[in-house]
Amino acid sequence: MEGIASVLWFSGGCEPPESRNWIFAGSCHSPSTPANSTLRDDCPFQPPPAVPRLPGPLGRVSGARPAASPPTPFPPAVSQASLLRLHHRFRALDRNKKGYLSRMDLQQIGALAVNPLGDRIIESFFPNGSQRVDFPGFVRVLAHFRPVEDEDTDQDPKKPEPLNSRRNKLHYAFQLYDLDRDGKISRHEMLQVLRLMVGVQVTEEQLENIADRTVQEADEDGDGAVSFLEFTKSLEKMDVEQKMSIRILK
Amino acid sequence: MLRAALSLLALPLAGAAEQPTQKPESLGEPLPGLELFRWQWHEVEAPYLVALWILVASLAKIVFHLSRKVTSLVPESCLLILLGLVLGGIVLAVAKKAEYQLEPGTFFLFLLPPIVLDSGYFMPSRLFFDNLGAILTYAVVGTLWNAFTTGAALWGLQQAGLVAPRVQAGLLDFLLFGSLISAVDPVAVLAVFEEVHVNETLFIIVFGESLLNDAVTVVLYKVCNSFVEMGSANVQATDYLKGVASLFVVSLGGAAVGLVFAFLLALTTRFTKRVRIIEPLLVFLLAYAAYLTAEMASLSAILAVTMCGLGCKKYVEANISHKSRTTVKYTMKTLASCAETVIFMLLGISAVDSSKWAWDSGLVLGTLIFILFFRALGVVLQTWVLNQFRLVPLDKIDQVVMSYGGLRGAVAFALVILLDRTKVPAKDYFVATTIVVVFFTVIVQGLTIKPLVKWLKVKRSEHHKPTLNQELHEHTFDHILAAVEDVVGHHGYHYWRDRWEQFDKKYLSQLLMRRSAYRIRDQIWDVYYRLNIRDAISFVDQGGHVLSSTGLTLPSMPSRNSMAETSVTNLLRESGSGACLDLQVIDTVRSGRDREDAVMHHLLCGGLYKPRRRYKASCSRHFISEDAQERQDKEVFQQNMKRRLESFKSTKHNICFTKSKPRPRKTGRRKKDGVANAEATNGKPRDLGFQDTAAVILTVESEEEEEDSDSSETEKEDDEGIIFVARATSEVLQEGKVSGSLEVCPSPRIIPPSPTCAEKELPWKSGQGDLAVYVSSETTKIVPVDMQTGWNQSMSSLESLASPPCNQAPTLTCLPPHPRGAEEPQAPLYPPSDPHPSFAFPPSLAKAGRSHSESSADLPQQQELQPLMGHKDHTHLSPGTANSHWCIQFNRGSRL
Repeated sequence: MEGIASVLWFSGGCEPPESRNWIFAGSCHSPSTPANSTLRDDCPFQPPPAVPRLPGPLGRVSGARPAASPPTPFPPAVSQASLLRLHHRFRALDRNKKGYLSRMDLQQIGALAVNPLGDRIIESFFPNGSQRVDFPGFVRVLAHFRPVEDEDTDQDPKKPEPLNSRRNKLHYAFQLYDLDRDGKISRHEMLQVLRLMVGVQVTEEQLENIADRTVQEADEDGDGAVSFLEFTKSLEKMDVEQKMSIRILK
Repeated sequence: MLRAALSLLALPLAGAAEQPTQKPESLGEPLPGLELFRWQWHEVEAPYLVALWILVASLAKIVFHLSRKVTSLVPESCLLILLGLVLGGIVLAVAKKAEYQLEPGTFFLFLLPPIVLDSGYFMPSRLFFDNLGAILTYAVVGTLWNAFTTGAALWGLQQAGLVAPRVQAGLLDFLLFGSLISAVDPVAVLAVFEEVHVNETLFIIVFGESLLNDAVTVVLYKVCNSFVEMGSANVQATDYLKGVASLFVVSLGGAAVGLVFAFLLALTTRFTKRVRIIEPLLVFLLAYAAYLTAEMASLSAILAVTMCGLGCKKYVEANISHKSRTTVKYTMKTLASCAETVIFMLLGISAVDSSKWAWDSGLVLGTLIFILFFRALGVVLQTWVLNQFRLVPLDKIDQVVMSYGGLRGAVAFALVILLDRTKVPAKDYFVATTIVVVFFTVIVQGLTIKPLVKWLKVKRSEHHKPTLNQELHEHTFDHILAAVEDVVGHHGYHYWRDRWEQFDKKYLSQLLMRRSAYRIRDQIWDVYYRLNIRDAISFVDQGGHVLSSTGLTLPSMPSRNSMAETSVTNLLRESGSGACLDLQVIDTVRSGRDREDAVMHHLLCGGLYKPRRRYKASCSRHFISEDAQERQDKEVFQQNMKRRLESFKSTKHNICFTKSKPRPRKTGRRKKDGVANAEATNGKPRDLGFQDTAAVILTVESEEEEEDSDSSETEKEDDEGIIFVARATSEVLQEGKVSGSLEVCPSPRIIPPSPTCAEKELPWKSGQGDLAVYVSSETTKIVPVDMQTGWNQSMSSLESLASPPCNQAPTLTCLPPHPRGAEEPQAPLYPPSDPHPSFAFPPSLAKAGRSHSESSADLPQQQELQPLMGHKDHTHLSPGTANSHWCIQFNRGSRL
């Protein structure tokens, strides 16, 4: 618990890598190897550079990070207070004290069942078809929703983007649409989402028309699907940083 | 008379009340004998003067806006106040005594409600609730803070001897004054901030505060007032507690009253299906009832109306018809603007009345400094606290604008006038101070806030058109955040919003919305619908110019090149209601394309350039002459109207209507099938077109069923009106041709040259040229074929476009294979399909004129449109669909 509480996590590429980019301050792991992170080819993001991990000091690391070291670690995904809260929640969700969460554990959250995107969001906790999510994985997903702070924005481009960057927030949303993970939201996928979102009053034909139009609106290269780039562009004017953040995760 | 006028204007309410008492007098007058001419000024005096004042205010507004330079620099409210000052001065000079001032009764009962209703009803509710915490903090804590600190500081000033001793006021008096002077005024804030265009968050915080602080102001004012009246010695501890309790009673009670009336209003509008005409009235009546009820129970009336507007809007908008919506919107805006204008003008006029006020420099200066200082301090302190909890902190610039935007206005003035001079001996001083404060904030701050905002580079509001993607993704984000909050186990804002939406969906909407209104309510659908309409309007507005000037890039091109057309447009298209309008608009489109075409083929058919341009010019004349023609053919038109009305009664929908005449419908079908077959044989793109038409039919029928199940009433807002106008014009058009006046529709004159041009260039057009001649002799078919040729020409121009825009690329790449191959089978396709309807026509043409061929006349056009649509979809240009949308608008406007 103590170790987890002071966990420091460095974000990775477009998809949470398999390897845990976590450092437990208590156990002072030496740099974990992010090399085996499985990044798909179509991923629009560059694989994260192998950042030498520094033992995370307790608490917020942002203040304590050594600024001089060339590959500087960037702020932790979540503050310590939030981590504690999340860990608390994690254990509460983990009913059998297994140490990980299964889909069932998340599905039992009542409100998620009525959420039209609930299933997809649950699924996002289990990348690559895994059956369980441990606490680091749990936090990694939730870290997308940490509010963007000023200190996060002025980063040198060398550093991998933090998970709560605009792009990663968008990508999280994007992969909720992109069910077949081909890097594109096809018309069919759009229709599926629309079906979830739009009330029953709208007929199937109308839904299809909306889906068509939505895809065409964003589709710039004319392939009949929305790529991540197009997705980003279609939301250019939206304050994604604000709309995809939860204060509590600060 | 002027004096009488002014005195009565001063009391419109009282004047109205007096009116009945005056009547007996005037009734008594005629006793001496019969008068030829009777001057009954007194009978009309009060309403007459009210109307005159509003007229003066409106005229002043017009004058102000004559010069854009002035209004861009000076807020309208300043100008109005200054005008009021001038008018007041004139009145003072003429009458030797100030006759008029802003009456609190008039202000609170008549002038304030429209403004508050307008702001509550059109409040962006999402934004409001997103920032509710900040708004409430500023409204409650901020107002309390301002009131107490200002009051106490003024009292301190007096104790320090800086206020003249003749100002007889104790601590309670100053607190009372502080409570009325501390509230930020919604009217002033709205008037100034609407012109400044700061970002939405900032605006909603300042504006929301000004609306919600009313409850606090009312409570503070009442509590202090009663304390003053009781005398400070008699105030007991329980009274303080009562004062605190009354804050909750007044605010929550006001909000509750508002919500109850919002509920009633929503529920009432659910059942107005057959009496559409009173829908707007209901909105105003019930909102006003909410205001009066709250006022009656001495609750916060502003809060009541705000909540009423905020709460009912969603359901009311869904329930009432489109025209009622427009009516509500405009009436509300007009009333609010009127009231605002009058308020500011009267404020200026009342300031002239020097008998009402007494000047004390110390008090005035002290108040000015204190309200500015404490406002700023309060904002900074509260913002610091709020920023600990806010996702997006309010930065320093925001705080400056918020501090500076704390304008005082007519509410403070009305409250200070309401003071009892016997209880508050310093009333005159307070009045003077209030006037100065109001004038200072409205004029000085109002004038400078715009440059300040510019100078500080405050984030301005950026208005961007809604896109389907944004709307959809915004919803997605909401759901994601709600889900994440669930996962995190934190029941925060998103959680509760999600809960509320579930509840709303499950119960409230079911209860308060009619079934047919659900769809309108859906936001994604709504955006979709609005986008379609916007596209249509912009397309029609710009006509073909867009096409020719920017090489096929329309403002919202991606949405226009939809493969399957929108159901709304399809519906309209299918219903055939927009036939004539379509024609005309396509004519304009064609003319635009023609220009392009002409540029393309300039060398070959340069001579034809002029006729085309003349044609284009005559196109606009076409509208006008058509109007004239309409008048000429009024009788025929009326006849047809009658028939159509009958058919409305029997069918509720255009489609039913066409169905009810099976024969033409069948021909239409057949023809459509023929087209579809041809398309099917022509390969994929054609096929697409066919799918499209199929989809169209489906959509329409589903729509129709919906309506069927909904009611047997002809209350469908969108579509019925269209028949009227559209067919009427088509009627007229054809009638004109029958009567042989070719000026009505210049196309036949023009057509002969243009096909020949096309013939020269495009061999497959030759058949069309013959067709055009044949059809123009037939007279019914002129316009469709005209469209046909126009379309083909534009097709050719399309095909010869050297550099299609990027999003056109794929579609155009699929075009080249078929242009010739596809067109050629198409050309023969028409001659066989054309005779079909024309066989059905001649008798009707010859005998009954237009009257009974209405549907059959429409159908061929419709049928002609069908292939057009196929084309459109291939080229990913949908002028026709856009047009039919335009029809919606057009006819909606004319349906009333």
